[in-house]
Amino acid sequence: MEWEAVIGLEVHAQLLTKSKAFSGATTKYGAVPNTQACAVDIALPGVLPVFNREAARMAVKFGLAIGATINHHSVFARKNYFYPDLPKGYQISQYELPIVTKGHIDIEIDNSRKTIGVTRAHLEEDAGKSLHEDFHGMSGIDLNRAGTPLLEIVSEPDMRSAKEAVAYLKKLHELVRYLEICDGNMQEGSFRCDANVSVRPRGEQKLGTRTEIKNVNSFRFVEKAIDYEIERQIDVLESGGTVVQETRLYDSDKNVTRSMRSKEEANDYRYFPDPDLPPLVIDDAFIRETEKTLPELPDAKRARFIKDYGLSAYDAGVLTASPEMARYYEETVRESKADPKIVANWVTGEVSAYLNRENKEITDSPVTPALLAGLLRRVADSTISGKIAKEVFEAMWNGQGDADAVIEKKGLKQITDSGAIEKVIDEVLAKNPKQLEQYRNGQEKLFGYFVGQVMKATGGKANPAQVNALLKKKLGP
Amino acid sequence: MSLDRQLVQKIAHLARLEISEQETDMYVETLSRILGLIEQMNAIDTTGVAPMAHPTDTGLRLRDDAVSETDQSGKFQRLAPAAEAGLYLVPKVIE
Repeated sequence: MEWEAVIGLEVHAQLLTKSKAFSGATTKYGAVPNTQACAVDIALPGVLPVFNREAARMAVKFGLAIGATINHHSVFARKNYFYPDLPKGYQISQYELPIVTKGHIDIEIDNSRKTIGVTRAHLEEDAGKSLHEDFHGMSGIDLNRAGTPLLEIVSEPDMRSAKEAVAYLKKLHELVRYLEICDGNMQEGSFRCDANVSVRPRGEQKLGTRTEIKNVNSFRFVEKAIDYEIERQIDVLESGGTVVQETRLYDSDKNVTRSMRSKEEANDYRYFPDPDLPPLVIDDAFIRETEKTLPELPDAKRARFIKDYGLSAYDAGVLTASPEMARYYEETVRESKADPKIVANWVTGEVSAYLNRENKEITDSPVTPALLAGLLRRVADSTISGKIAKEVFEAMWNGQGDADAVIEKKGLKQITDSGAIEKVIDEVLAKNPKQLEQYRNGQEKLFGYFVGQVMKATGGKANPAQVNALLKKKLGP
Repeated sequence: MSLDRQLVQKIAHLARLEISEQETDMYVETLSRILGLIEQMNAIDTTGVAPMAHPTDTGLRLRDDAVSETDQSGKFQRLAPAAEAGLYLVPKVIE
């Protein structure tokens, strides 16, 4: 039988606010345990939550960016369960009336476009962290993360393969970073993904029983975990079994998913509107004001890069993968006034290669747009050749100053004086009488050999175009 | 609608409350009475009345996104039954 997978994703994006959702404690990552958990966060008796306006604004910003409905009234509810990293015994979330409903995100898959529905995005608070290393048989609890605002983004079950799920996830990741509402750091858990996966015979309308995979913290693992889970469910069904609705954990070391707990009991969250929190009211003025803060979105930027800079779809994609990368590229174009395609080659080539090698982000590049622009100007005005430029780039990367300083210090200035080049050509021809004879006897490919010798003799500094022209003249018929 | 013993036990378990057999009987009766009251309200025709999530007609008050709390973990941890290395210690939980 042919099977079809049905996948929906739930993404938790930590919102980039300075303070928590319902308290004035800081949200900074990596502090000493519990030093950022205030009386509200640890749920001391008598405290009251007061909601962070910026978190509401970020949710609205997201809703606008995915063409969703922004609900003028949304309601915070209590989701009740007991776990030590949730001190109140409930998580403040939104249930029946979320702030954002019905948006969509377009993905590109195998050169065709597919629209993935976003059912809803709702505001909630994060829980703390449990550390199960041995503390005399006890667990340690760090509540620094407790109360950090989250936007939970729930997709429709519109994806049909792990590849589509990853494409959607990447698109979403890129979007929240463009909107500057989430730093997208998957290692630190600021962007987390749960996947709901089920399979059904192709052509069947009814959905199969689904499982939820938790604990996947990279794009690669999301793909592997979903692929594994699809195969597992098909195996279960084909051997006559039934899929159990449950939560499963992905183990990246073994590349398997494992049953975590039966969802039946855990699912009884007894939601009810939080009596401490009246409805969140978003008026039109708030929405309009937020709309003004929307940046150029990734798809629009890609289209503009292709149109204005004449880039290929591939280069435009690479250069707009993050807002920082796009900024770097455009600044270099602006400052160098060089051909945008040449700038694109440098940024996707040398710059990216060096960044990858040293595992650096574009914002940490020692060669800033200004430095790179300086280098490109020297190529444009023929002070150096493109080949020498790579040597200069390496020196700039290693902090040896700007292009002019490096060219000066290393004596890399291109030789454009015809007299000087001719002198070298004469020397080279004099030193290679055998090759010269062969060339004269019709072995024309030796021309390249002579060019190479001249370049070598000048340390790569001779202007290649001039070398070619002068050599042709000397060897001429 | 009235609750049976099994449902009362389940509700107690979800709330992590330990109740005796006797108390179970009592809650079956008192909780059922509360539900009876809600049934009375359900009988009222509310067609055309917008549902509300909160008894007052006010919207949520919002605060500016500013850090206003300082670290008081030392004080808080003195209240905890067990703490070590800055962490609150609890009976081991493993899923």
